[in-house]
Amino acid sequence: MTDATPVVEFSDVSYVLPDGRKILQDLSFEARRGEILILLGRSGSGKTTALKLINRLLELSSGELRVDGRSSKDWNVIELRRHIGYAIQEVGLFPHYTVARNIALVPSIQNWPKDKIDARVQELLRLVGLNSDISSRYPHQLSGGQRQRVGVARALAADPPILLMDEPFGALDPLTRADLQREFLSLQQQLGKTVLFVTHDLHEALRLGTRIALLEEGRLVSLTSANEFLTSSEPLVKKYVEAFGTTERQPEKP
Amino acid sequence: MNFWSFITQNRYEVASLTLEHLWIVGISTVLAVVVGIPLGVLITRKRSLHKPVIAIANIIQTIPSLALFGFLLPAPWIGERAERLAILALTLYALLPLIRNTYVGITSVDRAIVDAARGMGLTDWQLLYKVELPLAASVILAGIRVALVISIGLATIAAAIGAGGLGELIFRGLAMVNNSVILAGAIPAAVMALLADSLLGWLEKRFTPQRAA
Repeated sequence: MTDATPVVEFSDVSYVLPDGRKILQDLSFEARRGEILILLGRSGSGKTTALKLINRLLELSSGELRVDGRSSKDWNVIELRRHIGYAIQEVGLFPHYTVARNIALVPSIQNWPKDKIDARVQELLRLVGLNSDISSRYPHQLSGGQRQRVGVARALAADPPILLMDEPFGALDPLTRADLQREFLSLQQQLGKTVLFVTHDLHEALRLGTRIALLEEGRLVSLTSANEFLTSSEPLVKKYVEAFGTTERQPEKP
Repeated sequence: MNFWSFITQNRYEVASLTLEHLWIVGISTVLAVVVGIPLGVLITRKRSLHKPVIAIANIIQTIPSLALFGFLLPAPWIGERAERLAILALTLYALLPLIRNTYVGITSVDRAIVDAARGMGLTDWQLLYKVELPLAASVILAGIRVALVISIGLATIAAAIGAGGLGELIFRGLAMVNNSVILAGAIPAAVMALLADSLLGWLEKRFTPQRAA
């Protein structure tokens, strides 16, 4: 399902704060159609900033960023964002909207007919493994895992070809997180979206990622497949792998 | 003559002054809402305007009410009728709580919610009326509540320039050194303030956004 067509391309992208602090420096990489590209790094490494440059919640300072071959600056910003699904930690669900209205947000601002929206909401609830009877509840009446599922459903609502996910499973307990990761992976195999996924959790990165981009202080340190990541000789990658301890893919040392 | 017999003997006058009072307060609060909420929204969008706008509203608030009535007296059209003057002055006083609460209400909406909304492609207008205003509603209503209660009290002073309202009874009672007449103006005004306060308090509670437990 993955092919080499670049969907999101960073070319020498930098992001500098007004006070001169460089958050991202000369970042170049691409996300290919149908892959899950993990942006891995510790807090402050710039991974969330990189994500926000893609849907222009932040505007890049220099370099070029292309989405579907077109420079992000040439896109109408609203059109660009509706072309890209966005799911974040703590979800950002609207507390004053029911589950159904939250999921229907993008279709409804695009003026889909009501029956089509209702059908889409039901379809998405099934897709993310939620019972349709929660559709009239409010976010505060849901468990953390349910909220994250609604967040994913909302991001998928208008069937965008690209998904940006910023630690969407970060606030969950380990068991629920593992469930959601597994489900997300099978969902992704059905849908074939291009996903850029931010996390600081190496296990999550290895479990979900087609490829892993490691960021450190606003620079790209390495970009490898998940398997190559564990055997990389890059010192920072090694440090990262060691910090997370052994994994199932790594042989136990005697 | 005690308070109750004064009220019953003059019930039509008390009633019509109460209505006049309500009218002045009502119109000025509506005007303050119509001006104050957009100004409050404006300063969330143009942050550089935040300080000057709040400063001006603050300064207006510090002008003693009698002096403000005096300042406005030479204004064309407004100064021609005491009622207009009173409405304008009360509107000006009510601006600060409205501007400030609108600003605070909108800026305290969770960043994650605003980012998610913008990230999904809501326009600035959609963000405002679908997300920010509904989530700020309870804080804005708290501002209206403060403005309303202050206006009901302040409006009594407007009688000093002949704008009518319950203040008329208070000033008359002062001149006659008659407590019953003063109370006939003061008590309905106080009751009005309490009713307005509990009505707005109820609305405020209804509009408080539900939060995660």
